[in-house]
Formats: sequence, structure tokens, C-alpha cells
Amino acid sequence: MARVKLDNLNHSYVSNPTSDDYVLKNINIEWNDGGAYALLGPSGCGKTTILNLISGLINPTSGSILFDGKDVTNLSPLERNIGQVFQFPVIYDTMTVYENLAFPLKNRGFETAYIDKKVKEIAEILELSPSLSNRASGLTADGKQKISLGRGLVRSDVNVLMFDEPLTVIDPLLKWQLRSKLKELHHEFKNTMIYVTHDQTEALTFADQVVVMYDGVIVQVGTPTELFETPKHTFVGHFIGSPGMNILPCDVNSQNVTCFNHPIKTSSDLKNIKSNSKLQIGVRPEFIKFSPSGLPVIVNNVSDIGRYKVVDCLIENQRIKVIVNEGDDIPSGKAYLEFNSNFTKIYEDSWMVS
Amino acid sequence: MTLELQNIQKSVEGSQHIYPTSLVLEKNSINLLLGATLSGKTTLMQIMGGIEKPTQGKILFNGNDVTNMSVQKRNISMVYQQFINYPNFTVYENIASPLRLQKMKESVLDQKVQEVADLLKLTPMLSRKPNELSGGQQQRTALARALIKDSDLILLDEPFANLDFKLREELREELPKMFENKNTIVVYATTEPSEALLLGGNTVLLEEGKVIQFGKTQEIYRRPLNINSANVFSDPPLNRAKIFVKNNKATLEKVSWNVSLQDGEYTLGIRPHHVYPKKINEDFFDITGQVSIAEISGSETLVHFKLKENSWVSQSHGVHNFELGQISKFYIDISKCLYFDGKGNYING
Repeated sequence: MARVKLDNLNHSYVSNPTSDDYVLKNINIEWNDGGAYALLGPSGCGKTTILNLISGLINPTSGSILFDGKDVTNLSPLERNIGQVFQFPVIYDTMTVYENLAFPLKNRGFETAYIDKKVKEIAEILELSPSLSNRASGLTADGKQKISLGRGLVRSDVNVLMFDEPLTVIDPLLKWQLRSKLKELHHEFKNTMIYVTHDQTEALTFADQVVVMYDGVIVQVGTPTELFETPKHTFVGHFIGSPGMNILPCDVNSQNVTCFNHPIKTSSDLKNIKSNSKLQIGVRPEFIKFSPSGLPVIVNNVSDIGRYKVVDCLIENQRIKVIVNEGDDIPSGKAYLEFNSNFTKIYEDSWMVS
Repeated sequence: MTLELQNIQKSVEGSQHIYPTSLVLEKNSINLLLGATLSGKTTLMQIMGGIEKPTQGKILFNGNDVTNMSVQKRNISMVYQQFINYPNFTVYENIASPLRLQKMKESVLDQKVQEVADLLKLTPMLSRKPNELSGGQQQRTALARALIKDSDLILLDEPFANLDFKLREELREELPKMFENKNTIVVYATTEPSEALLLGGNTVLLEEGKVIQFGKTQEIYRRPLNINSANVFSDPPLNRAKIFVKNNKATLEKVSWNVSLQDGEYTLGIRPHHVYPKKINEDFFDITGQVSIAEISGSETLVHFKLKENSWVSQSHGVHNFELGQISKFYIDISKCLYFDGKGNYING
């Protein structure tokens, strides 16, 4: 396994691009050997382009890709030696489960005894042992995807293992199982793993470190906790969390922050604000509570999601969402909100003021 | 307006796709069909709409038998997981197409298109073609076309499954509002318990072709009829363990508590968010498990652990660190436990 470095990558699908034509802009990432990483962002943000650049299916317009410090930008996909698992299962229907798992190793000429050991080891973890001699064609979609995962994981000689939305076709209950399996496998084999998804839950629960992308740029790199507690950009605040962060208009003078003429305490240092910028307050629904005094709102709607409730409040035409635990009381009509100042930040032109 | 299924069933080449089912759906309601892949959601939906005929049973609409009425003669709309639009029509013409078939007057048609486009935030895209739109906008266009007809019945078959997580969240929130003041019966198929809870309304729980429970969504979630129903409606999966009751005392591991159940063996079920990594209430009982994996999502921690031979999950607010293989105490809120008898039926304990 290898340390992966993307050095100043830029990519455009057109020749002689102008600045608007770039789908990836100034991408710098360093992924350590043996880490579990995720690339998270909406459709079209450039995350699949990054995977294709790493695997060598396309070549970057500029910049370089390094494995363990060695420049691989001009190497073929085969020479880069990468394992990849796609959104839809890629398996051989005519082969047995065993033969499918053994195939990547056989191709590379490993000895039969070694192949047998590896296949059985992976099958055991993925709970495929009882079906090893079955034909793959008879399996359900998730059974097939398990084999795809197994085929990626069976090779310990690859530089990096990449997963491109591998759980999209899987039912929710099985998603839980496969995700924790993947995490167990990572603990066991310490492969460098890169997991690409638009699903925040998958990214945050799988990875030690998440790269959040938006419109071809990296907006934040951090641990799940950092992304949740201190989103550096309003996009991260919105995209991570369900519902996302509340983003509210505000006025700031030298000492005070007000929101709809009501004073608000934040943990941003007001000295760091430049003048003539667009200022907003960002606070997550988890960090707001109902209180006897505070920002006056009208309770507009409550949705019961089982383990918690999402309360939709209104002040003038601004909506503010609050998360309330199952069983806690919710006022009706007029109410007051209190923000937890440790997790209330000012955003200046969409970037967090520290 | 009501849609009534009277003892309908469906079998294909001797295999039973839908077991005998009776349901009554009322106007101005959202009805979720919740179940895993292949549980019969799509088949049941197609029977409701007349796209498939039941092998046995009757379908009544406002009391009239429509079992053998062709789908064209019924006033229904359907939206599929894969967005379907006319690629050569503009968004405007896509939305207007059902009304063109009805030969509606131009001025009325225009007003209706503008109204629906406004509701679905498509006004700026009306002159574009579907392939110039994002996935979310394309599915909104398909929804707009279903909405404009004022159908009696709208069938939505996992309509947001192909969309990005965040877009799904947004559309789920908008959906109930789209139907707020309409007389339509909405039927919505999904595999995700969280989606059903977000949309509210009523839920039909399906498992392997059988309707296992029907009622208000939040009520079913809190009062499952049996263990299968609790399990279909659980994400992450429901934690379970065998318990023994003697003289009104239930025992799990080393802890006992009072219950009003007859002596015998029961299955205890408890949802992951009622199993805590910290003792936040004096009344909680502690159990000891071995951690197999911990997932930290930033806002929540999910700890998977083994309680003897059972795999359990604890889902809690905040960040809690656990080592792999660590033996740790977890705390359960006994008041939230569900009890099931030997046949798997829910028992009020």
C-alpha cells in the first residue's frame, strides 16, 4: 500500500481550456499509507474525475500524482496497480463465488496455495464462506456487490483501493452491515482506502478524514467531528448534517452581532472581519434550544423522525431549524431560541471567521 | 374519495407475489409502502393503479368496482425511480403534455403550467430541454407532469432514489406541501425507514409480499404489531435479545426489572438510540458488550458491539471514542423496551 499525493492537479475535458473550463481546480491532497479516506460532494463536483485521474483512466491537464513520492502521472492504469470497486457489481456470472474472488490473484500468477488462503480469509470476513462453491449468477444484487468488494480486497499488493459509491444499490439494513464490514477489513488489513460518495453518512462513518468538494475545488479537509463542529464554509455546513446548518443574516459592529435586531453571542473573533463583506451567522439545528428568552420566533412545523424531531421556526421570512430529542417538550406558537455560542460562527463571504 | 383493495392477491406462475391484502386509502393522504427490495411494493402499486391486474380480489374507487377498468380510463399518474421526460420537448411542454391530451384551452393551460412550475421551482427552466437540467430538476419536471393533471391517484415509485442525498432531503421536505390542498391519494414506495418518518402520513409495511402492518407512520414506528414490523421500520437494525420472565421480573444478563408479563421466554427489542454509551439517567440499566466497531459521524456515534451472540448497536449524540475489541458498559432505557412473545407478536409489558 502507498501514500498518495495529488500535487496541484487541474483538469479540463476540453483542449486549450480557459479558466471556466476546469472541472478540477488546484487540487492538493496527501493521503497517508493505510488511512481510510472519503471524497464527499454533490453530483458534478469532480470527485469521480479525481478517481479516474488516480487510476490513470484520464491524464490531468496539469499537475502530478505521486505514490510513495514516485511520480506516476504518466504510468498506465495497469502499472499503477490499483483496486477499484464500482457502484454496480462487476463479476463473472458463469464463475463460482470462489473463482470470482480468486480471479484477480490468478491473473497475476500467484500460487494456488496463496490464492486459496486469501480467498478463504476474505470470504470468512464477508460471510461468503457457505456460498463459495455456488454460481455467482444466482445471487441478489447485494450478494453480487459483496463479491465485488471481495475482489477489490483480495489483493494485498495494490497501492490503493478505491470505492466509487459502492453501496448505492444496497438496501438500508444491509448497508449497515456492509459498511461495518468494510471498516473491519480496514482495521484488519490497513489498506489505503479512498471512498467516494455523495452520502454524508457513508463518508463520515467510514473515513478518518473526509475531503469535501464543491464545484471542482476542495472546500474543507477534516475529521468527521471537525466538519460537523466547525464547518469552514457555508457549503460544508449545509451539505453535512441533516438538516444542514442554519445560515442567517446578521449585522456586526465593532463589539456586537445582531440577528433580526437581537444580540447573538458567537465564537468568532470580530477583529478578524474585513469591511465590505457579506456576513452571515451559521449555527447547526443541534446547537439551538428552546429557552424562556432569546431570539423570538414562531413555531411553524414539527416533523417527528422517530429518534428526534425537527422543528421548523420562522422569524420574519427566515426559517430556522431546531433539533429536539424524542420525548422533549416543544412550545407552540411564539417561542424563544438560544444558540450555543461555542458552535455559533460568523461567515464572511461564505468562509468561516475564526 | 377512497381507494379500496378488497382481499386482492397476485400470483405469477404459481409463485405468490402479493398475499391476500385489504386496505382503504383516503383522499388527501400520503401513503408509504415501506419494505426491502422485492417485498412487493411495485407490484402492489401497479395493482392499485390498474397497470397490473390482481389474480383475485376487487379494487373499488369511491365504491365503484374498477378492477377491470383499463389504466387509460383511470385518472392516475405515476413517477418512477428513473426520470422519464420527453427529451425533445421543453420543460414547459413536458409539464403541459397531459393537458394537451385533454385539449385544454390555451389560457387555462398556461396558467396551470405556471402554477405548478412555481411550486416545483422550475420557472427559470421552462424553456430548456430536460437534458440541460440536473437530475433533481429532471425529476421535478416528471413530478410536475404528474401533479398538473389533478389525478385521483398519484403513484411514486422510489422517486428520489437516483438523486443526491442532499437533493433528496430537499424534495422530501417539499413533497407533502405539493399535495397539501389536493384531493389526491398519494402512494409512495420506499426502502428507507427514515424517509417514511420524514414524509409522515400513513405507512403500509411490506415483507415478502405480505402487508404486515398499516396505520399512521409514527404510530407504527412506536407500536409495531410484531417483531418483523419493528425490524422493517428500524434503521439501524433493531437490537434484540432473549429474556426470561419469572414472577413479573425480566432478566437480561445480570440485570432484572419489573414487567407485567406472564412467566416464560420473550424477545426484547430496543432501538439503537435507546442504548447509551453513558449513564445519563439513574434509571438506566447497564449491560456489558464487546465493541466490534465504532463509527463517528461528527454529530453521532454508532457503536457496534456483541452482547453474547447478539450484534447490537448504540446510536448516540456527540463523539464517544471506543477501541476495537474493548469490553464496555452500555446503558439501556428500560422504559423504551419492546417485548415480543414466542410467535414474535408485540406484547404490552
